[in-house]
Amino acid sequence: MIHFILLFSRQGKLRLQKWYTTLPDKEKKKIIREIVQIILSRNQKTSSFVDWKDLKLVYKRYASLYFCCAIEDQDNELLTLEVVHRYVELLDKYFGNVCELDIIFNFEKAYFILDEFIIGGEVQETSKKIAVKAIEDCDMLQETVEEYMNKPAF
Amino acid sequence: MALKMVKGSIDRMFDKNLQDLVRGIRNHKEDEAKYISQCIDEIKQELKQDNIAVKANAVCKLTYLQMLGYDISWAAFNIIEVMSASKFTFKRIGYLAASQCFHEGTDVIMLTTNQIRKDLSSPNQYDTGVALTGLSCFVTPDLARDLANDIMTLMSHTKPYIRKKAVLIMYKVFLKYPESLRPAFPRLKEKLEDPDPGVQSAAVNVICELARRNPKNYLSLAPLFFKLMTSSTNNWVLIKIIKLFGALTPLEPRLGKKLIEPLTNLIHSTSAMSLLYECVNTVIAVLISLSSGMPNHSASIQLCVQKLRILIEDSDQNLKYLGLLAMSKILKTHPKSVQSHKDLILQCLDDKDESIRLRALDLLYGMVSKKNLMEIVKKLMIHVDKAEGTTYRDELLTKIIDICSQSNYQYITNFEWYISILVELTRLEGTRHGHLIAAQMLDVAIRVKAIRKFAVSQMAMLLDNAHLLASNTQRNGICEVLYAAAWICGEFSEHLEEANQTLEAMLRPKVTTLPGHIQAVYVQNMVKLYASILQQKEQAGDKEAAQEITQLMIERLPQFVQSADLEVQERASCILQLIKYIQKLQAKEVPVAEEVIALFAGELNPVAPKAQKKVPVPEGLDLDAWINEPPSDSESEDEKPKTIFHEEEQRHSRHRQPEIDEEELARRREARKQEQANNPFYIKSSPSPQKRYQDTPGVEHIPVVQIDLSVPLKVPGMPMSDQYVKLEEERRHKQKLEKDKKKKKQKKEKRGKHHRHNSLHTESEEDIAPAHHVDIITEEMPENALPSDEDDKDPNDPYKALDIDLDKPLADSEKLPVQRHRNVETLKSPDSEAALVEKKSKKPKKKEKKHKEKERDKGKKKEKEKKVVEEEEEEEEKKGEDLDFWLSTAPAPAPAPQAQSEPALGAAVVAEPQEVKKEEREERDDEEEEDEGKQKSSKHKKKKHKKEKEEKSKDKKKSKKKSHHSEEEPPESVQNGTLEDEPLPPMSSYRLLAENPFIKMTYDIQGNLQNDSQVTVSVIFENKSTSFLKSMELNVLDSLNTKMLRPEGSSVHDGIPVPFQLPPGISNEAQFVFTLQSIIMAQKLKGTLSFIVKNDEGSTHEKLDFKLHFSCASYLITTPCYSDAFAKLLESGDLHMSSIKVDGISISFQHLLAKICFHHHFSVVERVDSCASMYSRSIQGHHVCLLVKKGENSVSIDGKCNDSTLLSNLLDEMKETLSKC
Repeated sequence: MIHFILLFSRQGKLRLQKWYTTLPDKEKKKIIREIVQIILSRNQKTSSFVDWKDLKLVYKRYASLYFCCAIEDQDNELLTLEVVHRYVELLDKYFGNVCELDIIFNFEKAYFILDEFIIGGEVQETSKKIAVKAIEDCDMLQETVEEYMNKPAF
Repeated sequence: MALKMVKGSIDRMFDKNLQDLVRGIRNHKEDEAKYISQCIDEIKQELKQDNIAVKANAVCKLTYLQMLGYDISWAAFNIIEVMSASKFTFKRIGYLAASQCFHEGTDVIMLTTNQIRKDLSSPNQYDTGVALTGLSCFVTPDLARDLANDIMTLMSHTKPYIRKKAVLIMYKVFLKYPESLRPAFPRLKEKLEDPDPGVQSAAVNVICELARRNPKNYLSLAPLFFKLMTSSTNNWVLIKIIKLFGALTPLEPRLGKKLIEPLTNLIHSTSAMSLLYECVNTVIAVLISLSSGMPNHSASIQLCVQKLRILIEDSDQNLKYLGLLAMSKILKTHPKSVQSHKDLILQCLDDKDESIRLRALDLLYGMVSKKNLMEIVKKLMIHVDKAEGTTYRDELLTKIIDICSQSNYQYITNFEWYISILVELTRLEGTRHGHLIAAQMLDVAIRVKAIRKFAVSQMAMLLDNAHLLASNTQRNGICEVLYAAAWICGEFSEHLEEANQTLEAMLRPKVTTLPGHIQAVYVQNMVKLYASILQQKEQAGDKEAAQEITQLMIERLPQFVQSADLEVQERASCILQLIKYIQKLQAKEVPVAEEVIALFAGELNPVAPKAQKKVPVPEGLDLDAWINEPPSDSESEDEKPKTIFHEEEQRHSRHRQPEIDEEELARRREARKQEQANNPFYIKSSPSPQKRYQDTPGVEHIPVVQIDLSVPLKVPGMPMSDQYVKLEEERRHKQKLEKDKKKKKQKKEKRGKHHRHNSLHTESEEDIAPAHHVDIITEEMPENALPSDEDDKDPNDPYKALDIDLDKPLADSEKLPVQRHRNVETLKSPDSEAALVEKKSKKPKKKEKKHKEKERDKGKKKEKEKKVVEEEEEEEEKKGEDLDFWLSTAPAPAPAPQAQSEPALGAAVVAEPQEVKKEEREERDDEEEEDEGKQKSSKHKKKKHKKEKEEKSKDKKKSKKKSHHSEEEPPESVQNGTLEDEPLPPMSSYRLLAENPFIKMTYDIQGNLQNDSQVTVSVIFENKSTSFLKSMELNVLDSLNTKMLRPEGSSVHDGIPVPFQLPPGISNEAQFVFTLQSIIMAQKLKGTLSFIVKNDEGSTHEKLDFKLHFSCASYLITTPCYSDAFAKLLESGDLHMSSIKVDGISISFQHLLAKICFHHHFSVVERVDSCASMYSRSIQGHHVCLLVKKGENSVSIDGKCNDSTLLSNLLDEMKETLSKC
């Protein structure tokens, strides 16, 4: 099971955080600070896996963004890298050539995409097509409602 | 209102939206905090408005701020408001915010229960989806308990989108509310064979997670997973299944044997590294489980090691890392196969990636032998010299010590060499493991008697050169070794050659700069040294020298008396006085040496770390008993506000009872242990004190100042460990020659004296005799120590609660709480309340019963082992046997028919949840036959309905035995729930709907708990042809009363497409919902299935007509009822009565009841001898009560029901079922 997913920039700015275990805010902040520091201090040429407490961190850098997952001891690291990659693919497909700014300005969309892909720390949809379709269907629903709301009420 | 709306949208024009906020923050880099606090003020204003769109916008912005690290918990209530918006746009934002910031401590979370329930049952699948997603993040035990049933229902939702989410969330629910696992498990298992691959993969994920924690409960699923593994092509799913097998194999080695082949095939064929890695890992797990008592699978090991070598040699650091990691797992059981790759691993020590070097070090740990220890350590020492950065060097240091000291210094043949390695390690600047080295020195010097002389001389040298080590006086720095050096020189001073010189070294003024605890040891050991010198001099008659040494002590000791460290000061002043006294005696020419040396007489033996724990509690000593009478209640109440301690005492005294029995004591002891485990201030037993010392948080983070010394640190006169390597080689060579000369004159007595805990010599290693006569003293244990090691399991493990036996039939008390609508409740009253009260009072009894049952089961199992062929009653046992059967690779023609007939019996007796299992088992049987290829598969690939009939006839034959069994059971009344337990999982008594050469359809109808006018029809489509079936569409001619639920906008003549296609030989299930008005009559609907048959020759359009029969029984929902409520219901007089009688019944009563329960959805309320009362309820709330009596050859059934038509129809159906018996 994935315990949490963090996205952060090379400057250490957090861009997205998703927790699949409930923790108080204070604890989360502490963990984020610690992990961002650990990963940013690692050499570019090192492996993507770090043992951290009783979990394993699996991270990968895409352009200026680090994607980091914390998984359990028995989980498959390579599969987790695939999960990260699949998420990037989904973002790419949704935004079309995704960049960091897309995620900053549409952070809620990035979350929605993640939610269609992973739930409760487990991959729920391995098919790219189905996942993207679910998000687009949701968006359709939202857009029509928004258009409706934007119409003047008189 | 309209004005408000207008005002709202005008306001909104001036609001910041999320993009504005993000942009704003980016533009205010200098005064971000100020800007954000301003924004938060604005958001607070927006939240006060009535317009939900404004609120949602505000909450969205808050979610962004939360990510940046700002506290938004104050807005929790507003988030809930947005969550409950009716528009999806806002709901989505609300749930997102909630999932980001709610946690178990959020108090408003309890307000969400009903909202979430509403969303879960929303007709819009995306509403449901969003609620499920949110729930997965913030589910609490309360939410889990209240919503478990709703989520479980969603697992059978018509949309796969919802099903897969529901399945995955069930795992979170299980974790928070373990009681839900057993009731939900049958349905979860069903989902393993869901038509939708996404749902299937979700179910695999969940069961895999569950099974990894408590594998033994899931062993019975192995055949099913095996089938999935061999049929699936989805790597995501395959990896999970293979991982699951990795967890199961240690429990069942035979499973491993079965797995080896498909796994090796996968390893050969796959190109996906993640899958390859998982396969290798599982093969390793299998090999580990097989390693005892199995012929070697050297081919598989070789394959794994080869593949891993490829990974390690890969340029991708990730693969290299994982390859080494997996290699270290093989190492544990097959060290030989790994040792041949030593070159590769040593090469990895030079890798630029530190994490890879560390992994390689781990591997080295297991690769050493007596032969290569010196060589490997020599290589490591070179790395120590080269290493940059203290962390890696420290890691090397600890690894060297680990490698050498492993299994009680098993691989060390020359301790002089080891001591010199330790001394060489002291030259490391800036290490933080001085303590570790010191501990090793002490351990070796104390336990290896032969080495003491050498050790003492080395330690004396260290003390002499203390100035080189003392420069680093921080805690745990290298100066710690001086502690060991001083102690060894003092304790074993008789071996010291130049004691005077050492004493002087210890008395140098520089010593006072050392840490206090080291000085204290110095002071104490000075006296030991002094005593031995004194004795020496006195014996030699050299009085002057004796007085001189006393004078020296008196001169130098005051510097310690002035120490700021209390310990040092105290010891020094005490000793100073002692020596002054000795001086007085010496002046009087009285010999004092004997008396002084007597202060330190006796050997100090090492004590095993666990010794304290192993001291048995003496008989008659009760540690939980009060020593003094505790203060009485009234007293402590008076003093209550005074102190905390009194309060605690009071709590204890309240628990106190005049007499405490054994059980109570055990429970308390357990509770105390729990409390201790949870109390951070309670020091838990740890293997050794120095470990605890190391683990002290914070110490690691003290920055180490690197001191650059231009002069190489070489202690003069220090021996180099390298010389030992050469010496050792020579020695071995000599030994070999000698051995060749007098082969049979080996002196093995030496080795006989070894005291080792677990010396695991291999043949070749035993040839190397140690250089010294070595006597390793074992650590001392208290007398009559308890031999067993206590299980140090973590009591706080959240997964422990999920260690639940899933094969046991469900008990009534385990039902998930079902939230009922109020109108349903009024229909049910007055009996519902009575039932509720009844339920509560029954609970403890139930538990007792269960307990008894368990014990009975155990007894039976034992019996079974004795008798080879015996009929079983318990489903559980059969499961085990089935697995055995599946696992046994030997041809088993005889047991096969038996194995088939037994499940039928068991399933019929224990009713529905087991019925599901039965089917699976049949499939399993089929499969295993295919596997073995020993039996003609055609014979066993029978159609299901035929099979059922066959089983029935078998049942008849067995009925005599069966009745014998029911006689065995005590004739006490059987309460509701023991026969028929689980009302929730859907029925799986599939009947034939229609059939042609292409396709077969079987169906089952289930009532819908949530909706009183809906039933779900599940149809299994089975492709019998060799062609591909697609574009299937099912259409039904609606009647006035019964209509098929079609998607909005479609006309009544439109068919519903079946959401899948069927490759040849595959079957799959689809569900269709029908609405009904009246349910008192059975209904028949005509329908057609149209589909396209596609094969090589082209495609044709085909049709198949069918008649869908809605029996009255399909409107009934199994509902448990308690006898009191049942009696009240009968007394109420609102019910109509009717009765039937069926003759020629030969099956046992129990079997008969099971049939009624299973086919007609009833539950047994009470049973006395051959008379039983039964109850069921229709989806529209009709109560149906039955009284079933069995005569000689007949059965009479009296029924009562709110509706007479329904009753007579039901009874007619029942008559038909029974007449088949």
